[in-house]
Amino acid sequence: MKKLILALALLAPLTAFAAGGGAIHPNDPANVNTGNNAALQRGANYFVSYCLNCHSMQYERWQRMQEFGVPEDLLKSNLMHANTKPGDLLKVAMAPSDAANWFGAPPPDLTLEARLRGPDWIYNYMRAFYVDESRPFGVNNTVFDNVGMPHVLWELQGMQKAVYHEEDDGHGGTHEVFAGFEQVTEGSMTPVEYDAMIRDLVTFMTYMAEPTKAKSHSTGIMVLLFLALLFVVSYMLKKEYWKDVH
Amino acid sequence: MSLMNWIDDRFPLTKVWNEHLAEYYAPKNFNFWYFFGSLAMLVLVNQILTGVWLAMLYKPDAELAFASVEYIMRDVEWGWLIRYMHSTGSSAFFIVIYLHMFRGVLYGSHKNPREMIWLFGAVIYVVMMATAFMGYLLPWGQMSFWGAQVIVNLFSAIPVIGEDLSVWIRGDYVISDATLNRFFALHFLLPFILAALVFLHIVALHKVGSNNPDGVEIKKNKDENGIPRDGIPFHPYYSVKDIVGVVVFLMFFAGVIFFAPEAGGYFIEAPNFEPANPLKTPEHIAPVWYFTPFYAILRAVPSFAGTQVWGVIAMGLAIVVFFLLPWLDQSNAKSHRYKGPLFKYALGAFVVTFMVLGYLGVVAADANRTLWAQVLTLIYFSFFFLMPTYTRETSSKTTMTSLYFMMMAVSTIATLYFWWMFSGGADGSTTVKVAVSVIAIIHFAVFGIKPWLKPEVSKPVPERVTK
Repeated sequence: MKKLILALALLAPLTAFAAGGGAIHPNDPANVNTGNNAALQRGANYFVSYCLNCHSMQYERWQRMQEFGVPEDLLKSNLMHANTKPGDLLKVAMAPSDAANWFGAPPPDLTLEARLRGPDWIYNYMRAFYVDESRPFGVNNTVFDNVGMPHVLWELQGMQKAVYHEEDDGHGGTHEVFAGFEQVTEGSMTPVEYDAMIRDLVTFMTYMAEPTKAKSHSTGIMVLLFLALLFVVSYMLKKEYWKDVH
Repeated sequence: MSLMNWIDDRFPLTKVWNEHLAEYYAPKNFNFWYFFGSLAMLVLVNQILTGVWLAMLYKPDAELAFASVEYIMRDVEWGWLIRYMHSTGSSAFFIVIYLHMFRGVLYGSHKNPREMIWLFGAVIYVVMMATAFMGYLLPWGQMSFWGAQVIVNLFSAIPVIGEDLSVWIRGDYVISDATLNRFFALHFLLPFILAALVFLHIVALHKVGSNNPDGVEIKKNKDENGIPRDGIPFHPYYSVKDIVGVVVFLMFFAGVIFFAPEAGGYFIEAPNFEPANPLKTPEHIAPVWYFTPFYAILRAVPSFAGTQVWGVIAMGLAIVVFFLLPWLDQSNAKSHRYKGPLFKYALGAFVVTFMVLGYLGVVAADANRTLWAQVLTLIYFSFFFLMPTYTRETSSKTTMTSLYFMMMAVSTIATLYFWWMFSGGADGSTTVKVAVSVIAIIHFAVFGIKPWLKPEVSKPVPERVTK
């Protein structure tokens, strides 16, 4: 037993390397709470308004949004696209071949984006567009360099430019280090409002990436409680039988 | 009971029950390590049951496979639970089996008269790896696709027949719908072969009887009724004890399933949340964690004489060598408790090596990590191939001669390796080169010098099992 604990302790540091990708800038935590129905509802609204024209969420259905408190009539009148039913998948009308022509690559499906890249990555990515006249849509992204996507939310966020400062690289030269963003034009939202909006959007995407998570946690607690009880009973049974083994 | 009599007249139900459970005498001193055999069977049953249910809903078609998994996860009642039980179960199976194998080596369960049990076990391990490999393709995510691509491509490194062989395995020039279909068929078939092999594993076990932490043969000491003095009936004693083990295991298992099914990206890798795309290679391709020690060995061996087949041979040998273990171990005692210190050192070094190689197989390779993987590959094989010398007891002339030749062989290989490494054959920092050289020299010097100073001697094994 001691050896096992030692072995596990030796293995523990390895897990730190598991998901390690390259560092991104900016790298702020998204702090999403998928139990917040109001945030989920706002996020669903933003997603349908701004994302779902190009990005599908084709492994999930409209009716899933009822789980976080959207009534069916509001779902139909405010969120669902025309000519869809609650049981339909969240598809886009845009043909992938057209999309490839316009953007260089078809916009990826976003059902599992929050599990593929993580909520933090999306949160930072959506806040990291900056002016770059050399790009087809006039913007680039510090999280996803040379991304094909335009800054869809520029009217809300406004335009910003990336600021770099020179830093000694320790070998006699200098290299540019990302220092932050500087607002160029104002958007209709303040930076605080924009961050909150993106947080809602990411909360919604995180929920939709694994909609069974809350049920999984609540079921898991019941299962563990049952197993704890079973452990006591089975341990007492074992003790009773083994009394006469010497 | 008349029904029982009716059955017993036609089928030996009571006889089988008694021989294998109620009157199968197992040593009374089984410890913690003895839970993993019954747990392995539990996980196999879990995999078969959840697998059959998944197969009712999954579509083995390159166009539909990814979406059908998401359909199971979202639209099927409790489908997410069945899927997570299956995906977590595959990693749990390897964890349990690695601990079960470690137990076997620790207490000498591979030694006479249990060679057949060990051989069936080694076959089970190989079939398990094949099953897991084929199953990993089925979700049709990016890592599924590219992992399978890399592994099947290994076969093309075999001279002359390699290219044709890899096409034959895939049924196509790349991993495709044809590959997915056949992997699904085989992934469904192999578990039943595994079940048959487990049956043979247990038939062999019950023929010779169970080993124990002392390595004492309990059948050599029977009472007047012919019952081993240190034995207790498997049922009810070990059935009630194993239930406790099962419950504790299920707590860990449920903890992962319900709260961390991805297990930090180890049990379900993040790139697999993106559908397979033959035109887009992921930045970093790594097999699932249970294959990575062998993957690290594969990558450690450099190509020479114009072919990369050496790495493939080394990886294959790293698995095949398990079959030889019963004949490599020459010590008189079975259990590590009564073996000399050199065996304990060798086993400890092997366990650490296996884990570090596993880590090196997960991360992207660079020059320094390759140097570490190379020296650890040598240490990995030294555990097996030096075993006949470091476990042989007495300082007879033959032993000394074999030790001498072993020293010659090891130092020749080491000299060539160091020369190659330091003369510009390998990249990597000088610090790492010196570090791995020092580790290699110390490791091999222990095996070379220790038997001369003081030959390995087993402590006397007691007549009866100890507490």
